[in-house]
Amino acid sequence: MAGVKKSIQEINERIKKGEAVVVTAEEMIGIVAEHGAEESARRVDVVTTGTFSPMCSSGAFLNLGHTKPKIRASKVWINNVPAYGGIAAVDVYLGATEPCVEDPLNKIYPGEFRYGGGHVIHDLLAGRKIHVYMEGYGTACYPNKVVEKELSLTEMPNAILCNPRNAYQNYNCGINLSDKTIYTYMGVLRPHGENVTYCSAGQLSPLLNDPYYQTIGLGTKIFLGGGVGYVTWYGTQHDPTVPRGENGVVKGGAGTLFVMGDLKQMRPEWLVGVSMLGYGCSLAVGIGIPIPIVNEDMARFTAVSDDEIYAPVVDYSYEYPMATGKIVQEVSYGDLKRGSVIVNGREIPASPLSSYSKAREIAETLKTWIQKGDFTLGEAQMKLPGYELMHHGK
Amino acid sequence: MKKTYVLHFDQSNYDKPIVYRLIKEYDLVFNILRAVILPKKESYLAMEISGEPSLMEQGLDYLVKQGVKVESINKSVKRNEQVCIHCGACTAICPTGALSIERPSMLVSFHPEECTACGLCVKACPPRAMEVSF
Repeated sequence: MAGVKKSIQEINERIKKGEAVVVTAEEMIGIVAEHGAEESARRVDVVTTGTFSPMCSSGAFLNLGHTKPKIRASKVWINNVPAYGGIAAVDVYLGATEPCVEDPLNKIYPGEFRYGGGHVIHDLLAGRKIHVYMEGYGTACYPNKVVEKELSLTEMPNAILCNPRNAYQNYNCGINLSDKTIYTYMGVLRPHGENVTYCSAGQLSPLLNDPYYQTIGLGTKIFLGGGVGYVTWYGTQHDPTVPRGENGVVKGGAGTLFVMGDLKQMRPEWLVGVSMLGYGCSLAVGIGIPIPIVNEDMARFTAVSDDEIYAPVVDYSYEYPMATGKIVQEVSYGDLKRGSVIVNGREIPASPLSSYSKAREIAETLKTWIQKGDFTLGEAQMKLPGYELMHHGK
Repeated sequence: MKKTYVLHFDQSNYDKPIVYRLIKEYDLVFNILRAVILPKKESYLAMEISGEPSLMEQGLDYLVKQGVKVESINKSVKRNEQVCIHCGACTAICPTGALSIERPSMLVSFHPEECTACGLCVKACPPRAMEVSF
């Protein structure tokens, strides 16, 4: 290919000079349709993506600060939500899906799950003080056995958002083929396949715009929860081997990202505690990833549109819980976003759990940051598994 | 003309045949959506009322004279705009389409005039933005 080849350093130089051409993944669709991939790669430097949706594998490492006398906080509750204290003295990991201790869970079905770890993270960002209760067993160096205190985010020595599995590259659509309503992490699913839910930003979603992980890798700098974060590893359950379409786009949940960032510079509107009826609590996370258009391939990949991305419809009343791997059929994000899909010959309503309007806002925000020269690109120090598949495939 | 109201009763009027009068004297048509009637306690009736506009006005005046607090449904069912993240989860369960997705903005809109105050959205909303206050 005689075509375009740009390095990330070159693109960063252009960003610093305020000369970089930055567009969102939505805008890129029209640009490539009009000018072709090669010419678009020449014109565009960066494509921004975005997604905002519940991402259960999220949480934060918090350092609660030492007390006088000191405590080795083995058991910790924050606003009555248990946090994991099996690490150094006053470090804890607070998981997004941990419900508060007096929650009736699903004893009264469907449970409401009104407050959990995700809500604590949101409260911290909203400037609210949290109540911390710590227990230690007492040692020579850490004699204190019980400490209770009120703490705000600014008073905390460290707070690091650390999400082991975010930004799923594509996802199942939920349907319920049983004869009663079910309550799932895919929302409320009415019986007899009366509705379908989906949870991806589709054409705006980060990994759907870099299907073979050519640019997104360890060290990629991202929009995370309204602040700046990084991709620090591949996420748990990252699986690049799922079937792909002709365009390289995966046809089901595949790649995932491990992301981290300093919680203190994040914003409450982009990390929101959520309650999934009958399922549990979680955290809606806003993520935006810039994709450098280093060559014609990246221009083509980032121009993918909803009509070219397919998701599997899975029965959450049986096939999903029983892990049969069976799917009902594939549907396009184009149809899902238009509001209905044809399943088994019947038109049924489709509704999202992922906020597309917020995903768009993230992609636009990231675009502005880059255009203003405030945000340069991080170069991947290690490629994610699956990077090699693109070249094998050809 | 068709509108949805929430009628609040107190212990002085909970036992009066008010709905009967509205039909008989003002020729109004009802669809009761939700009702909680408790002897000698505050009670409410959520209902859709339709009829001739002038008669409807007179009917509502009659209710007020009887000591019934009349509230339009959009005062009773609200969306907290600060909390809504426009995910769309509510649109899966809203039976009337009062909560629906606008295209191409993909924002979730709430049309109180189509709401029947069933309350299904309250718990189905992940960030809990919907409030039903009666």
